[in-house]
Amino acid sequence: MNYDNILNKRIQNIQPSGIRKFFDILEEMTDAISLGIGEPDFVTPWHIRDAGIYSLERGRTKYTSNAGLLQLRREIAAYLERRFDLRYDYASQVIVTVGGSEGIDLAMRVLLEPGDEVIVPVPSFVCYGPLAEMAGGVPKYLPLKAENEFRLTPEELRSAITDKTKVLVLPFPCNPTGGTMDRKDLEAIAEVLKGTDIMVISDEIYAELTYGHRHVSPANLTDLYDRTVVVNGFSKSHAMTGWRMGYLCGPAPIIQQALKLHQFGIMSAPTTSQYAAVEAMRNGDGDIEHMREEYDRRRRYLVENLNRIGLTCFEPKGAFYVFPDVRSTGLSSEEFCEKFLLEEKVAVIPGSAFGPGGEGFVRACYAASMKDIAEAVARMDNFLTNLRRKQGREG
Amino acid sequence: MEKLLELLEQDCTMPVSALAAAAGVSEEEAKAAIKEFENDCTILGYQAIIDWDHVRKETVTALIEVNVTPQSKDGFDRIAERIYQYDEVESMYLMSGSFDLTVIISGRTLREVAQFVGERLAPIQGVTGTATHFILKKYKEKHLVFRPQDPEEREYIFV
Repeated sequence: MNYDNILNKRIQNIQPSGIRKFFDILEEMTDAISLGIGEPDFVTPWHIRDAGIYSLERGRTKYTSNAGLLQLRREIAAYLERRFDLRYDYASQVIVTVGGSEGIDLAMRVLLEPGDEVIVPVPSFVCYGPLAEMAGGVPKYLPLKAENEFRLTPEELRSAITDKTKVLVLPFPCNPTGGTMDRKDLEAIAEVLKGTDIMVISDEIYAELTYGHRHVSPANLTDLYDRTVVVNGFSKSHAMTGWRMGYLCGPAPIIQQALKLHQFGIMSAPTTSQYAAVEAMRNGDGDIEHMREEYDRRRRYLVENLNRIGLTCFEPKGAFYVFPDVRSTGLSSEEFCEKFLLEEKVAVIPGSAFGPGGEGFVRACYAASMKDIAEAVARMDNFLTNLRRKQGREG
Repeated sequence: MEKLLELLEQDCTMPVSALAAAAGVSEEEAKAAIKEFENDCTILGYQAIIDWDHVRKETVTALIEVNVTPQSKDGFDRIAERIYQYDEVESMYLMSGSFDLTVIISGRTLREVAQFVGERLAPIQGVTGTATHFILKKYKEKHLVFRPQDPEEREYIFV
């Protein structure tokens, strides 16, 4: 069989992530430190795990309604209002999804016609482009700048809009840069979008992880509410990555169409996870604060120390990543990561993996123990010293 | 500076630079604060929490409930002092409820505990009764769980 001729061309043309090789090296190594994986190092808080277990004990093993447990949707709506001042009707504007990723997929497929352009600010999480393509859209990558702390500026946005633009992705707080958008930044974006039919997919999976300020959603702006679909979930806020719990909120007509896709593709999100999620919404705000405080400590330590040892690093205000500039080493971001991993056994991810605009930077995730972070900094210091010495000799 | 204390309570082996950054103060400030906390005995000491089962030490930990007659002027403190001065006593608390003092003795053999209770503790004037409980298994102490670490099951995924 010649599968190349059989398999869908669009899928075949999508490139797999180039990061795999780092993980292959890492798996072979002993005493390696990984700041590579973008996932909380916390285990899901016990009361949430217990709620999942209890639901099994009570025999809650059937499907839920397609959009998700009614009580969970109610709790999500209450949570969004309580924490972010976002108002959604639980009955018509919320779908419980399999992780935030499904939400992004649903939003793309429900909004895009073949040939529609999707503006994807980069560097950012790798799924937006491929999911847009799978939905028939055409991703238009828009590189953000370090000197703007990786915010999207109205000028940049204006330059990227064409008459085919259908969707703007707003990936803030941002993986991998840690960049955030405040209300003023979003108002400027709203001004550019005024009078267009461009829709916003706002990926807010890191909304709870902001430092020194509360996250502002584009849907908080009256001008953007009707054109914004909010994707969020429990993975980062409640350390629940493996439960695959997310949700999609937005204008009712959009959510009703998305529900059809979800209904036929997924049926309903995992029931055990939904019961655990109800507990997370009801009694989990304290966990969020605790974890955020813990991340914040590590963040401050890492930023301060990377700058101290000579890697310029702007202060990320969100998510759990730092994104230092490695251009001063003369290495590409991939060379840097490979050398650093082989010589010092510390894994960080090349910025180039997150789209155009990421070259020259690397992503280090500080969702790791303070001990590992301190050790990683020491090894980084060593690595840079050796590198400079070698380069000095060669130069 | 309370933050510093919380951090130290969690892990006192953290380097001062890490403590300072995490608490949001300069390294010098952190050093000075720790010195002061040590001087005024806010920080009493730094110790490791050890699972002695790993080195097969045949010792026991006993929790002894003690009833005493408080003395007119000093209340419980005088008699408490007479008890906790013994090196054998690891921890001791004044309790509300059906007995007065909890005395914890650890790292001793059964015989040593019996000797301590019978020959030292019980004869103290004012001690009216004791009940000794032996700890059979330690599950958790100071937020640390006594069990072999599960092997890391973190799978590599690109997110």
